Amino acid sequence: MSFDSIPIPRPISLPEEAGSTWLETLHEWVTTVDHKKLGLMYIGYALLFLVIGGIEATIMRIQLAVPHARFVSPQVFNRMFTMHGTTMIFFVAMPILFGFANYLVPLMIGARDMAFPRLNAWSFWMAAFGGLLLYFSFLGGDGLYGAGSAPDVGWWAYAPLTSPAFSKGHSTDYWTIALLVSGFGSIGTAINILATIVCMRCPGMTLGKMPLLAWLNLVMSGMVLLAISPLTAAQIMLMIDRYLGGHFFDTQAGGSAAIWMHFFWIFGHPEVYVLIIPCFAFVSEIVPVFSRKAMFGYPVMVAATVAIGFVSLSVWAHHMFTMGMASYSNAFFVLTTMAVGVPTGIKIFNWLGTMWGGKIRYATPMLFCLAFLFQFLIAGLTGIMLGAAPFDWQLSHSYFVVAHFHYVIVGGILFALFGAFYYWYPKMTGRLLDEGLGKWHFWLFLIGFHLTFDFMHIPGILGMPRRIYTYEPGRGWENWNMICSIGVIFQIVAVLCFVFNLVQSYFKGRLAGNDPWDAWTLEWTTPSPPPAYNFAAIPEVRSRRPLWDLKHPEDPDWKYE
Amino acid sequence: MSAIPIAIPAIETPWRLPSRGRVGMFSLIGAESAIFTIFLVAYIFYIGKSLGGPTPQQVLHIPIFNTICLLSSSLTIHLSLSALRAGKNAAFGLFWFLTFALGAVFLIGTGREWHHLIYEEGLTISTNLFGTTYYSLVGLHAFHVTAGLVGLSVVMVLALAGRVKQEHAEHVDVLSLYWHFVDVVWVVVFTTVYIIGR
Repeated sequence: MSFDSIPIPRPISLPEEAGSTWLETLHEWVTTVDHKKLGLMYIGYALLFLVIGGIEATIMRIQLAVPHARFVSPQVFNRMFTMHGTTMIFFVAMPILFGFANYLVPLMIGARDMAFPRLNAWSFWMAAFGGLLLYFSFLGGDGLYGAGSAPDVGWWAYAPLTSPAFSKGHSTDYWTIALLVSGFGSIGTAINILATIVCMRCPGMTLGKMPLLAWLNLVMSGMVLLAISPLTAAQIMLMIDRYLGGHFFDTQAGGSAAIWMHFFWIFGHPEVYVLIIPCFAFVSEIVPVFSRKAMFGYPVMVAATVAIGFVSLSVWAHHMFTMGMASYSNAFFVLTTMAVGVPTGIKIFNWLGTMWGGKIRYATPMLFCLAFLFQFLIAGLTGIMLGAAPFDWQLSHSYFVVAHFHYVIVGGILFALFGAFYYWYPKMTGRLLDEGLGKWHFWLFLIGFHLTFDFMHIPGILGMPRRIYTYEPGRGWENWNMICSIGVIFQIVAVLCFVFNLVQSYFKGRLAGNDPWDAWTLEWTTPSPPPAYNFAAIPEVRSRRPLWDLKHPEDPDWKYE
Repeated sequence: MSAIPIAIPAIETPWRLPSRGRVGMFSLIGAESAIFTIFLVAYIFYIGKSLGGPTPQQVLHIPIFNTICLLSSSLTIHLSLSALRAGKNAAFGLFWFLTFALGAVFLIGTGREWHHLIYEEGLTISTNLFGTTYYSLVGLHAFHVTAGLVGLSVVMVLALAGRVKQEHAEHVDVLSLYWHFVDVVWVVVFTTVYIIGR
């Protein structure tokens, strides 16, 4: 049956826009409240910061490639790891995931826009302003001569290093305000996504028939509300300390440095799940389509996600075992950390179950998802290792930890994100990304990732601490560090392939049509790219795979759900 | 396309979903609760840890009048909304103004309390841990009261211009949720600062 015979609502034709000047185009993008334009702006802005954060990482890897390197000074190295961490978490991962959520959630639930379009624009511009503030510190952070420009206190900014006595000038203030401002934006977006999913679903889409992407973003938004807010509160306290002479984290006046650690990690650990859950969502959409099977264990998947949401709110202090907590605190946080591994494991089995017996198409989105599965599993296993307090006492603050969380963030989150790019790019632009370049991107990035981060575990086990700007020869760390740095070259070439692919395919890519992957969710019923109103007529759905029902009226899903 | 032998299940009509205003406000309240929780935890953690005076026992007086004002404003805003839903616009305006006035009295009371603490007791935000945590927590709440008063006054101006009618009850209700939240937070702050902390 040809696709055209399906009675999918066709777009109403709009008068062709006359060729607008660049000023009109700019004005249109700056003032837009359209969820798709805002989503694309989030993604573009995050990609820009991805490149900046990547350059910072490259600088660090060049410095560490050989012992006694003199590529950058210790001060610059401190700024690099602080800015790299802060940028990658707050100005790459968060906005890029919000961008995808913004773009996809209304389309997948059959809505014409988010619940609060103007709040959406506000949130984006707050996030953008935050990023700008952070990088303005390179120019304006030197509040005092010689005090240093960009923040250099580490991305978790432990007290009392952030106190006015140790952190002179304005660099730490820029860090605080940037995170505060972008945090308000994140809370706004989370409220918006939550209200959109709860209140804007098309007729027939009960909670049990929502696409998994919507479900997982619902959980993510709830977690943002509960996890980003403590960071906001802690940043307000830090500002009170620095500007008004408060004593929250001032150990000289009876304040506690440990309470900052608690507040930071109450945000910091759920944040990992805030980032990974939308990536689970991408994988849960891509794997079924490329295995030609419905998602295995949909209700279990939802339950596992909700369970992760709850349990991950009570694991934060496993980042703080070396601080010296009471033994029952240690025991509690070890147990909760082990517990959070259970629903995560369930998810892996669900994806495997989806692929099992399926007719797998090894297109680029699927390749990235397959790599995600293996790498995320390994990242989880080293996470379990570090979650055991005695093991953590030995390896905390070592390169083993750095390798572990980069395995999660690069091997898990970034790989799933690349998969999402290849999968939804045709919907966003109307053209497919080039498969050949995509394969180059995938294999080069896979090799580069494993060279860098597999071998980074070893110097950690050999005792190499994180955040050192150089090291002495003869400790057995040299070769491993050299391999890690060589891996970066592969990653850079891979990312160049990706960026080139993004640009070239936008102009010359193969036309995608509405539904290039023969997928099943509502966004593929709209033209590519979708018109401003998304759906000419609001769709009605009867199952989790409304497009399957349309394409296969003889064997629709709603008979079995 | 051939005819489908089985009847397609009908979609439950009418298709009703929760109001996005209410859901959005409840989400905001969730986030705000987390912020207040962190400030409350800091307050409780630092009770009795100040290295110097003044202490809460020496300088804090229980603000009973203030508390009565703020808590009763929850009642008046509820009455105000009931009046609006019933289409009694005059009663709505009256109770709405009363809510605003009670909130303003609370804020003035807080201002007087702070004036007393700063100028007569010599307690500022940088004096000791008690000062830091007290002004932050009570100040955070007072900031929320101020934001609420701004919202209340916007509705009041619109009401005076005759622009708030029965059909707007759902929108006004969203603001009232926020106001109730501010009141509930005060109960917790009051208990922590003036009862547990003293």
